[in-house]
Amino acid sequence: MAENLLQKVVAESGQPIDLCYQCRKCSVGCPMVEEFDFPPNMVMRMVQLGMKDELLKSKAIWMCISCETCGSRCPNEIRIAPVMDSLRAQCLEEGIAPADPVTVALHSAFIESIKTFGRVHEATMLMNYKWKSKNFTSDLDVGIKLFLKGKIPLMPKKSENMAKIKEIFQEAGK
Amino acid sequence: MGETFSYYPGCTSHSTAIEYIEASKAVIEALGIELKELPDWCCCGAASAHNLSSSLALGLSAFNVGEAHKEGKDLVIPCAGCYGNLAQADYVMRYDEAERQRLEKQMGFKFDTEVKMLSLVDLLAREELRPAIKNLVKKPLKGLKVVCYYGCAIVRPAAITGVDNSENPLRIDTMMADLGAEVIDWSCKVDCCGGDLGLTDAEKTTELVNKIVDYAVAAEADCLVTSCALCEANVDIRQQRLPILYFTELMAEAFQIGDRQRWWKKHFNDPSGLF
Repeated sequence: MAENLLQKVVAESGQPIDLCYQCRKCSVGCPMVEEFDFPPNMVMRMVQLGMKDELLKSKAIWMCISCETCGSRCPNEIRIAPVMDSLRAQCLEEGIAPADPVTVALHSAFIESIKTFGRVHEATMLMNYKWKSKNFTSDLDVGIKLFLKGKIPLMPKKSENMAKIKEIFQEAGK
Repeated sequence: MGETFSYYPGCTSHSTAIEYIEASKAVIEALGIELKELPDWCCCGAASAHNLSSSLALGLSAFNVGEAHKEGKDLVIPCAGCYGNLAQADYVMRYDEAERQRLEKQMGFKFDTEVKMLSLVDLLAREELRPAIKNLVKKPLKGLKVVCYYGCAIVRPAAITGVDNSENPLRIDTMMADLGAEVIDWSCKVDCCGGDLGLTDAEKTTELVNKIVDYAVAAEADCLVTSCALCEANVDIRQQRLPILYFTELMAEAFQIGDRQRWWKKHFNDPSGLF
């Protein structure tokens, strides 16, 4: 089990996770560390130890915003952002309830918009996101202001090559 | 200059970053550079594709990179997020032969090592453009104190972006100085604004943005300058202390070109008082 998780994450992320020697530089520079249940250095150790259950149920994997500050400063050149991508994908594949469903709602609404139009149509994507997250009131004022400033177009602009986009989604199993 | 590049607009070009795109196009045209939009482009996947599926993210970005290779010209990508994704796909195909062959076959193109992914900073901060940019300045930005805010996507990882310095990049600073602005050194050049968190957690985003703006205000900046649409949106929406402008808007102001009064109205913090 331990080997399986490490091998899978290494294969999917392409990162030399076994080189992590816990210097903690990643966690010191992480802008989101206060929101993590396990700081990035601990996530790396948990991957090494194969603590799959704890990791896939963790908030940390969804709170990472992929700013790449950690990877940029790692003395062993390990990028943690793709490691988080691999853990997030495994959480969804295994049908585990994500610790932060709102983030998943946003990203799901976003890729559904790409699947429909080939490009993101903000107005319908945001409505879908609000529906999925069951939160209709937050930032309504911001949305209205953006609309009034002409920054949320009503009409979608479709990509010219929807057949290819469908194929890309199929290939990725999404 | 007579140069021609392929151009990837990205989804925000018609929405949240409309003033960025208009300003950038005006500046690029003034410099005699031609952009040809990729006809079939699709969304790069933004942060959402890689958050849910790395293979979807790579597929969407590789498709767009492939379209650029069909045209055979370097691809200019104004949106920092799109640039980060396409540069990542370019990097994978450049150095992983098996992945390159698989994606070439799937997307129907031949990878040409000469074709490069360029952010708008890559395009406009080139040393050879500096004399032309200085020549176009009609009204130097004298007395305007700016802090340059680079964010994440055009900076990290350095191996992919080729940034000059991932902790203290200087290319936008140099451009602003060439326009006559007073460029202030400060501490938050490469800090994260929260990115997509702006849509899921307003409170945390405000905390991250406030830290950045605190430092900019302490440095006595009149405005914050960026090249990223998401940085602009987050920092502009979540505070009321400091105007935030795209670097090409300030170029257009110095060149005295484009529909600037209309662009200023697109911002939450109106910058028109600065000029």
